[in-house]
Amino acid sequence: MNNLLKNSIWVLVAGLGAAAVGGIALNRGESINTLWFVTAALCVYAIAYRFYAAWIAATVLAVDETRATPAERLDNGRDFVPTNKWIVFGHHFAAIAGPGPLVGPTLAAQFGYLPGTLWILFGAVLGGCVQDMVTLFLSTRRDAKSLGQMARDELGALGGTAALIGTFAIMIILIAVLGLVVVNAMKHSPWATATVSATIPIAMIVGLYMRSFRPGQVLEASALGVVLLLLSVAGGGWIDHNPTLRTWFDHEGLTLAWWVMAYGFAAAILPVWLLLAPRDYLSTYVKLGTITLLAVAIIMLQPTVKMPALTQFIDGTGPIFGGKLFPFVFITIACGAISGFHALIASGTTPKLLSNERDIRMIGYGGMLLESFVAIMAMMAATVLDPGVFFAINSPAGVVGKEAIDAVAKISSWGFPVTVDQMQLLANQMGEATLFARTGGAPSLAVGMASIFGSAFGESMLALWYHFAIMFEAIFILTTLDAGTRVGRFMLQDMLGNIWPKMAETSWMPSVVLTSGLVVAGWGYFLYIGVIDPNGGVNILWPLFGIANQMLAAIALCVATGILIKSDKLKYAWVTGLPLTWLVTITSAAAWEKIASDNIRIGFFSAANDLADKLAAGALPPEKAAVTPQLIFNLHLDGWLTLFFVVLLWLIVFDMLRVCSRYLAGKPVLPLTESPHTQSRLVEDWVRD
Amino acid sequence: MLSKLKAFWRMVRRLSGDDAYERYLQHHAEYHQTGTPLSKEAFFKQWQDEKWSGIKRCC
Repeated sequence: MNNLLKNSIWVLVAGLGAAAVGGIALNRGESINTLWFVTAALCVYAIAYRFYAAWIAATVLAVDETRATPAERLDNGRDFVPTNKWIVFGHHFAAIAGPGPLVGPTLAAQFGYLPGTLWILFGAVLGGCVQDMVTLFLSTRRDAKSLGQMARDELGALGGTAALIGTFAIMIILIAVLGLVVVNAMKHSPWATATVSATIPIAMIVGLYMRSFRPGQVLEASALGVVLLLLSVAGGGWIDHNPTLRTWFDHEGLTLAWWVMAYGFAAAILPVWLLLAPRDYLSTYVKLGTITLLAVAIIMLQPTVKMPALTQFIDGTGPIFGGKLFPFVFITIACGAISGFHALIASGTTPKLLSNERDIRMIGYGGMLLESFVAIMAMMAATVLDPGVFFAINSPAGVVGKEAIDAVAKISSWGFPVTVDQMQLLANQMGEATLFARTGGAPSLAVGMASIFGSAFGESMLALWYHFAIMFEAIFILTTLDAGTRVGRFMLQDMLGNIWPKMAETSWMPSVVLTSGLVVAGWGYFLYIGVIDPNGGVNILWPLFGIANQMLAAIALCVATGILIKSDKLKYAWVTGLPLTWLVTITSAAAWEKIASDNIRIGFFSAANDLADKLAAGALPPEKAAVTPQLIFNLHLDGWLTLFFVVLLWLIVFDMLRVCSRYLAGKPVLPLTESPHTQSRLVEDWVRD
Repeated sequence: MLSKLKAFWRMVRRLSGDDAYERYLQHHAEYHQTGTPLSKEAFFKQWQDEKWSGIKRCC
């Protein structure tokens, strides 16, 4: 009877999920309530978690709850500590959820709500969650080793080197594109700029409080910081209304880009406790709080999605970024569906806390499900806007024209009516001078969130909500930016240390300054070309980031597939092999188009040739002609970089296939590096306090 | 109810690292009976520096 009841509940969930997904997919021409999306997502997640994840954990990985984890065996009371599973889940989720799942879906909404939503749901349950869970398991079985180390040990030097280079490259591109998102949100917005700048001294106050005034009182200091952050949102409004003060914070994109670079450099060389650690605390609280608030508001309010299921831009003519639905929706939404970066957290960091292997499903698979849900909410926040408004905010001036009147005419001609008055009213409500051409996703998401929060918690505070949402995104974009710069610095110091050992000393100031400077110069360069690009750098940088991130995911899945085959689990190798095949397909297809397409909005080289022809023919206005040689060089660089990524990817895939075929043919391969079985002696209620 | 609130508070402290020093003292008492433990200030410095030497945040 009990079993019958359970089964019928799952049948019900499956039916409901199928109806919701079908409803979303087949709906045409009518508006659709966001509750359908929430229902579809929750049912898909529940089914996948209950059946697929459980099957992978029990059968494919064969998790063993009697086996001692590295946290137990190597317990040192510091980084290796057996920890309650909910605490580990919290740390893991806070580490994997960054700005990626908010920005990607917002950009991909140019195709309509459907492609992005389906990819977020099914990409996550079949790809991203599997990658995170399997990587977490493999690292747990290998003394919490990092992905790069596992690649080196299990596949060979090529895999290890590729993982290292891939991680470094993705870091550079990621920081550049995130920097661009912040710059576009702050451009000529004194309120946003003032609020975002205020987060720096606030973080320092919190850092000093925790370090010197009341050492170790993390919660007290964070509470103080959150209050100060909220005050800074209101304070930014006050500055914005003050005619003298507002000019101090009213800047061009390029000026702001230089400031962001200076900040990144300072953050990488200042001690962590002063800026990085306190900023991270604040961003974690603000992030968790805001995401919860957004979920509550969407469920309470159930706003209507106004974006059509599919737009005409699936043909590749989209204003935000060029390229057809296939493969570009899969490149644009990386985090939220599958993100290679997670493999870096799932190996090395999280396994050091895991107290029992049976929690791998909940932390690895469940953590990614939650991130996927964040992406779904971002998709909803973008698509509840009027499509005309969405495109007006996100279309770069180079595509729709600099003047508001031209932009609305162009966007309305696509069939998404919008007027100058409507945009002006919206900008006034949000406390901004203009909302046109704020490409990058953050402002349109902030408008979406502000309107959702506004209708749920009071319309009068729209401008405050808007800048709160901007602050919310900026604070953890800057956290990724400074943490990433620092990690890049460590990696570079490590690499240079092979040549000159003194460079590897993390406290030797000349090395610190040099390597930090090099890392900042790396991402700063891409940020700079993004800012000066007339078509909005997002069109260039975001696909590059997506390709790099999916390449890293492919490396993680190669390692996983290789190990599964070497563990005599060939018949289950499809679990990681299928997502791997899909990733290799989309990454290669996207890279091919970025390299070889003769559409100048897609192909890097054709865009460069087009500019060169125009320059030679004298068809460019003088101020544009001055920067054109540089734009041409950049486009070539981007093209070669894409080629490099895809060659690296194929090298790893072939290396993995080589190892697997050697193993299957009975030839010697590198041995499995799984640590031996030790009986767990942790007392149940001791860790589960 | 009260015990649930207390458990929740413990969890918040654990997640944020607010109780890191207490846990360190406990670990020290359990495994290293010899030698004096670090002061709260010195421990916190070490804890924070160690915590931040790897990849901590994602996109």
